[in-house]
Amino acid sequence: MLRKSPPADALTSSAGLGKPPLRARLRRDWQLLAMTIPAVGLLVVFHYVPTLGNVIAFQDYSPYDGLTGSPWVGLYNFQWLLSDPEFWNALRNTVTITAFQLVFYFPVPIALAILLDSVLSRRLRLFIQGIVYMPHFFSWVLVVALFQQILGGAGLLAQTLRQAGHEPWNVMTDPDAFIVLVTAQAVWKDAGWGTIIFLAALAAINTHLYEAAAVDGASRWRRLWHITLPGLRPVILLLLILRLGDALNVGFEQFFLQRDAVGAEAAEVLDTFVYWRTLMTGAWSYGAAAGLFKGLVGLILIVVANKVAHRFGEQGIYKRS
Amino acid sequence: MSTRPVWQERPTVFGLTVKTVVLALIVLAMVYPIYVVVLTSLSTAATVTAAGGLVTLPGELSLDAYRELFGGGVVTRAVLVSTGVTTVGTLLSLGLTILAAYGLSRPGSVLHRPLLFLFLLTFLFTPGMIPSYLIVRELGLIDSYWSLILPTAVSAFNLVVMRAFFMNIPGEVLDSARIDGASDFRILWRIVLPMSKGVTAVIGLFYAVGYWNAFFNAVLYINDNAKWPLQLILRQYVQQGMNLVPNQRAIDTAAGYALPPNLAIKMAIIVVALVPVLLIYPFVQRHFTKGVIIGAVKG
Repeated sequence: MLRKSPPADALTSSAGLGKPPLRARLRRDWQLLAMTIPAVGLLVVFHYVPTLGNVIAFQDYSPYDGLTGSPWVGLYNFQWLLSDPEFWNALRNTVTITAFQLVFYFPVPIALAILLDSVLSRRLRLFIQGIVYMPHFFSWVLVVALFQQILGGAGLLAQTLRQAGHEPWNVMTDPDAFIVLVTAQAVWKDAGWGTIIFLAALAAINTHLYEAAAVDGASRWRRLWHITLPGLRPVILLLLILRLGDALNVGFEQFFLQRDAVGAEAAEVLDTFVYWRTLMTGAWSYGAAAGLFKGLVGLILIVVANKVAHRFGEQGIYKRS
Repeated sequence: MSTRPVWQERPTVFGLTVKTVVLALIVLAMVYPIYVVVLTSLSTAATVTAAGGLVTLPGELSLDAYRELFGGGVVTRAVLVSTGVTTVGTLLSLGLTILAAYGLSRPGSVLHRPLLFLFLLTFLFTPGMIPSYLIVRELGLIDSYWSLILPTAVSAFNLVVMRAFFMNIPGEVLDSARIDGASDFRILWRIVLPMSKGVTAVIGLFYAVGYWNAFFNAVLYINDNAKWPLQLILRQYVQQGMNLVPNQRAIDTAAGYALPPNLAIKMAIIVVALVPVLLIYPFVQRHFTKGVIIGAVKG
């Protein structure tokens, strides 16, 4: 190291000295900056440049003419989007699936966490936790393949039904069962992992509250209602806000993998719509418009949801500035 | 059970039964599909035929399906691709994340606020599939293994978790090292990292699993199927049901050697995709709660 290390008093943030001038701070912190720059560089190239690249949504972009040579078309792509029945189908499916999962997926980790928390033996609890967290680390291809082995046309269910002399039912290709199927897959894969944050919140509840309530004669269920659930309230609201802000994001892979078997009518969501319409046909600007629509709606949703949380006196995901 | 606090009423037999049954069913729902898949992959043709499909009760066992897969065909190659991408990607991601997380963790350091803000902003807005694809193509990364690594190399979430952990290290420790003339790189390497083994293990697992499971990026960026990672092979041969062409075993078959059943081979591909996750998982699992809680509270 050629540079002499700066004097100690410039480094310890002793109060009352005020901020040193920028040049001195740069000289003091250049190593910290150098550590941060590579990650920031990747972030700029693979996040912020594409974010700006969304301008092609207002062009008739062709890779041949490039960003500067492609003609500008104003809001044409968005008008096209709003008059495209396939887009509306994808949007409807996305919103329906989000709403369905809000009711049938969202409460599962909460209930499971409360159940796990009530297991008194620590070793048994850790064992079950270890098993229910695991599928979170399986890929969607793997999860879909596993479900196929159980519920598909050649799967265990069909096999059992056939041997019992019934008509086999292929759940994996039934459009009517699709929303239940994808929710079941989501529960199987992620509900266990989802308990972590609730278990942490449960552990933070003061046990004296339970003790006092029990001494006062509150039953198990009353304690659940008056102590446990209020204790979980901030976390539940936080995750609810995150989920609402993410309402148009149901995940790409799970739907991409099953779209062909079930059909676009039931299984097309916004992400798969962008993929099939653009990368398969080369309608770049149109796909970018659909993606931008999704991104902007997501941004609005998350800001609004956060405002609502502040109104309810909760912290939300970022603080009121 | 003695851990029950004194004020808590004795559980009813009915309640206890319901709880046990529910928990047992949950565990079974997680474990049983995996058991069936593993068992089928290890079964001989006769056993698979007798079962009429997936094998639920152990019969005659054999490793033929695995011998077939690792005899140097598409699956062998895909395993090598996935292993390479996972190893290089995890090391790179972990390195960049540790450096940036430490670089942004010292209160009052120059520019750390705007730079941190750049990372936090990614939680609010994602650029979308098409512009991201076009950038990767502009950079000439289509059909390059780097396209599976660079776009997802730094996760803002992992960075925030790691930074929160570093910020919990008492400032006095680091300041005294500085007074002794240690550089920031040295402090990170000698003091901070040895104190952060748990969080490093968890974040490393997150990255490794992410790379091993990467599917979307490969679908977008890898057209050449000789370069396909394992997840795409899994999709083609297991989910879409294409049959593997038996490779070097053709001659053995003519000589009366029984080829492992197709179903067993397919199940073996699932197991191959599953095993690395199952192997590292127990070692990292005990660090989960700690790492994730800090991220949740401070993030």
